[in-house]
Amino acid sequence: MKDQKLQDYLETAIAAPLKRKQFLKYGAISGTTLVLGLGACKKKNDNPAGSGITDVGGGDIGILNFAYALEQLEAAFYVQVNASFYAGATTEEKAVLSDIMAHEVAHRDFFKKALGTSAIKELTPNFSSINFNDRTSVLGTAKALEDTGVSAYNGAGKYLKSADYLLLAGKIVSVEARHAATIRDLLNPKSKDFAGDDVVAPATGLDFSRTPNAGNPSIVATANSFLTTKISATQLP
Amino acid sequence: MKALKIIQELENMEQAGFSRREALTKSLHFGVKTALTLLPFGLLLKANKSYAFTGASAVDVLNFALKLEYLESEYYKQGLAAAGLIPASDNAIFSQISLHESAHVTLLQGAITAAGGTPVAKPNFDFTAKGAYPDVFTNYATFLTIANAFEDTGVRAYKGQAGNLLGTDALTVALDIHSVEARHASAVRRLRGQKGWITGKSTMGVPAAVYGGTISEDNVMQGGVDVTTVTTSPAASVQEAFDEPLTMDEVLAIASPFFA
Repeated sequence: MKDQKLQDYLETAIAAPLKRKQFLKYGAISGTTLVLGLGACKKKNDNPAGSGITDVGGGDIGILNFAYALEQLEAAFYVQVNASFYAGATTEEKAVLSDIMAHEVAHRDFFKKALGTSAIKELTPNFSSINFNDRTSVLGTAKALEDTGVSAYNGAGKYLKSADYLLLAGKIVSVEARHAATIRDLLNPKSKDFAGDDVVAPATGLDFSRTPNAGNPSIVATANSFLTTKISATQLP
Repeated sequence: MKALKIIQELENMEQAGFSRREALTKSLHFGVKTALTLLPFGLLLKANKSYAFTGASAVDVLNFALKLEYLESEYYKQGLAAAGLIPASDNAIFSQISLHESAHVTLLQGAITAAGGTPVAKPNFDFTAKGAYPDVFTNYATFLTIANAFEDTGVRAYKGQAGNLLGTDALTVALDIHSVEARHASAVRRLRGQKGWITGKSTMGVPAAVYGGTISEDNVMQGGVDVTTVTTSPAASVQEAFDEPLTMDEVLAIASPFFA
């Protein structure tokens, strides 16, 4: 009975800001220069066999592979950013983007090693919607990727069965949140945007959390808009 | 018949602008949960099935978190009230942090009460830490240092408790707070001219215990893998790329000098 009350309270706390935040969140994503791939938005393929779509699988391994997919995407993005910085990039911005690249590459390489033979294949990114010579495009994409990463780890946490994997996810998500706040501060210095009301509900002080297929576009769809080799998460919520 | 009623109620709520999950959640809140077994399978899948944690341990964890949130909340309240302390240029950041910490206090108090527990009372504080930081509310550099310590400790504290909330909705709340503390930490560190992330055990004036502990912040072993051996990223970046947990005792040892 007591547990039930707590459950209800927490569910309300989590769900209440969701609607508003989803709206703002997606507004924020589409407000950047990135164009969501039409194919990724239209297609929903629940039968990945032979379709060329990589399904991340189910259970804890599925969640970790989903994280691995997002880390692959982030790493590839920052590698390309660092290969040739956008016009007018400051020393500070270069240092930040170089650090974040190193973190995301480490995350990616860690997941690949840790997942071993269970790992999904290496994904081929498609960043044709991003203008890598334009500060707004690069930092806007970075912001969207980092905020998405935070919400993905936060949302997946409670589906993990292993406390060890949960701790691992926790170790990574706070670093993604640090990235998100830093990128947001570069875009809008010394404002409240580092933890803006579009991602952190002011009434509860809770960050955004989302499961892979929730929302429209879902995290899967957003990820696919940057991927040539599409992914699915048919066995995850 | 009951199932039909519930579905109708859900549909009504959806039409009223609630998402399916929100509608379901709110319906649960209205106490119709006992009839959920009558719902079609597809809908049931969207319901929350996790009830693994016991009220007692959840309350313990939430009260531990509440104590830290009181500490942070009161700290920023006093900091913002101290004339001439926070420069106007940095006020927006601290106002936002303060808003969140106060909200966390209220949220956790409600969660603990809902779980049948009693929220711990707000302690009395000594933000000079028994005289170690006498100018905490008159010297902005000192104020920033302690804010940095509190935020990075908060991140590590929530991380350390995640396993105790495995598979629960309380976990999602804890995670959703955890990442906000990390956003705060990043912002405060940058106000100090630091990187937003923690490099090894580099303290930069913050008490060393904040980055120490059983698993210290310079750790590079993750899931049995020495990450430095599987990546081209330099060792310092590998340390930065993974934040580490603190145990409840380690956190309380850091916080205790600030309790009067």
